[in-house]
Amino acid sequence: MKELSLHILDIAQNSVKAGATEIKILVDEQPAENALRIVIEDNGSGMDKAFLERVTDPFTTTRTTRKVGLGIPLFKQAAELTGGKFEITSEVGVGTKVTAQFVYDSIDRMPLGDMPFTITTLLGSKPGIEWIYEHKYGKNTFTFSSREIIRQIGDIDYNQPEIVEWIAQYISEQLQNLYGEV
Amino acid sequence: MKTLAELAAIREKTKKNIVLREESDENTRVVVGMATCGIAAGARPVLAAFIDEINKRGLKNITVTQTGCIGVCRLEPIVEVYEPGKEKVTYVKMDADKVAKIVTDHLVNHRPVVEYTIEDALK
Repeated sequence: MKELSLHILDIAQNSVKAGATEIKILVDEQPAENALRIVIEDNGSGMDKAFLERVTDPFTTTRTTRKVGLGIPLFKQAAELTGGKFEITSEVGVGTKVTAQFVYDSIDRMPLGDMPFTITTLLGSKPGIEWIYEHKYGKNTFTFSSREIIRQIGDIDYNQPEIVEWIAQYISEQLQNLYGEV
Repeated sequence: MKTLAELAAIREKTKKNIVLREESDENTRVVVGMATCGIAAGARPVLAAFIDEINKRGLKNITVTQTGCIGVCRLEPIVEVYEPGKEKVTYVKMDADKVAKIVTDHLVNHRPVVEYTIEDALK
């Protein structure tokens, strides 16, 4: 993976596969504290203790097409390479929370990358999931909520190219705002 | 700044297209493999490029969706194109540059780009 946003896309797909109906993504950038935190939290099926202990091992996977699962090990490695931390907590029937903590200015910290397209890709992955994407930069916060879109304008088809493009541009505008570039 | 009202307008417009599509039964599906293997190999920019090209040309009756691991990870990013009444076409080792050709040749002119297909790659 070349970008943290690709890890987010990959890890959040696990939540989708775990049957979650609500998935929260938090990107918390605090340059003043030299910290970047990414949290992906879902209300999916969760994992039992035995599976949770093995889940950062590359030879653990739920996939049936082959026997290795690299999503979580790669994300863990990306955090630890910077001198950061990685944690997963999970409870069967309740959900899973993945937290990756990065050292912001580490030379090994990947760039965040294209968050707007990660979010639109996730929105299109499976209908009926409520997505909450919160992005903090210093004291500023931007929140994107698929429930808010439904509340304001009703259900939309996230696989329509025109809609995907609009949402990606919308998020990227909001992020520019967040970084204070406008 | 973009407002949600714009999004509502786009939705109304695409809804009309969807109705037309259901009547004509001419919906083409572009499916991008989006598991760890696909993502690491560059599937997300490929998906983004399809969205961009389809919008630029104003093509209707095409949806771009995702699937998990197709099982041939070494050939990722993999894209499958389903045209109604035709055999599925599988494109492998995709990148954003190949997308434009697939959109013009295959999606617009219905001629699959043979040199990008899995059959050609396995020769």
